[in-house]
Amino acid sequence: MPVTTINGREIHVDDEGFLTEYAEWDEDLAKVLAANIAIDLTDDHWKVIKFVREDYQAQGETPTIRRVSTAGGVDTKKLFTLFPKRPAKKMSYIAGVPKPHGCV
Amino acid sequence: MTTQTDTPLIPSFDDEETDRKLAIICSKGNLDMAYPALVLGNAALGEGIETHLFFTFWGFDMITKSRMHDLKFSPVGNTAMHMPIGDVRVPQALAPVPGMQAMATKMMKQQLVDLGIPEVPDFLEQIVASGGHLWACRMSADMNKLTEEDLYDGVEAIINASDFIEMTEGAQLLFI
Repeated sequence: MPVTTINGREIHVDDEGFLTEYAEWDEDLAKVLAANIAIDLTDDHWKVIKFVREDYQAQGETPTIRRVSTAGGVDTKKLFTLFPKRPAKKMSYIAGVPKPHGCV
Repeated sequence: MTTQTDTPLIPSFDDEETDRKLAIICSKGNLDMAYPALVLGNAALGEGIETHLFFTFWGFDMITKSRMHDLKFSPVGNTAMHMPIGDVRVPQALAPVPGMQAMATKMMKQQLVDLGIPEVPDFLEQIVASGGHLWACRMSADMNKLTEEDLYDGVEAIINASDFIEMTEGAQLLFI
């Protein structure tokens, strides 16, 4: 399993680059991850990231767009604005969780 | 085995303008056949692909306000419907029995709810919110004697076959 260096720390990632160790994430890391994919984090972004991490912990799996929208209270259109084109993958990446497996 | 990388490994999100386009023709009105289009369309949108759904023939029911909330499913003609016990198939002789359609529809809906899959109207709403385009077929509108008022708000317009062909130039086509 690959280990990459981000922000001076060694981080475990999968073959695509998504974090595999939940505990290795912190907010500073999130900022770097976001910058890696050209996203400037605003309060709205942080709200989503917080929900994604909490829900991952509670449910044992990464929430899909639908769940972030229904349970997380951020509407779908907004998600596409905050994380353009590939919202599910982008928010998972920045939140340091695996990409979602659900189909909806 | 761990491999060290000096430059960070970043997922490739391919943000450059991709010209990939997907068009899905929805021609079926049964509950089960509404979902392939919705799931794949939603997945394509989640990958940043421009996606169009074109509703025609029986698929028109999916976007007709008076019909889209209660699409039905029947095992008639479908030998692949299984009972919840192993691989036992529903015999075709039983399929047209009064009550089977209602039971099969109810079972299917429950399975969808259990998996958190939205109903057709909610799913269409998510698709539109994700940037998907919904189009209605002119001929089906004429045959059913329906106008834009009868259709779900998210449908952009009623278009004819030529419009559809023009609009889907370069697109990957999926017929359901």
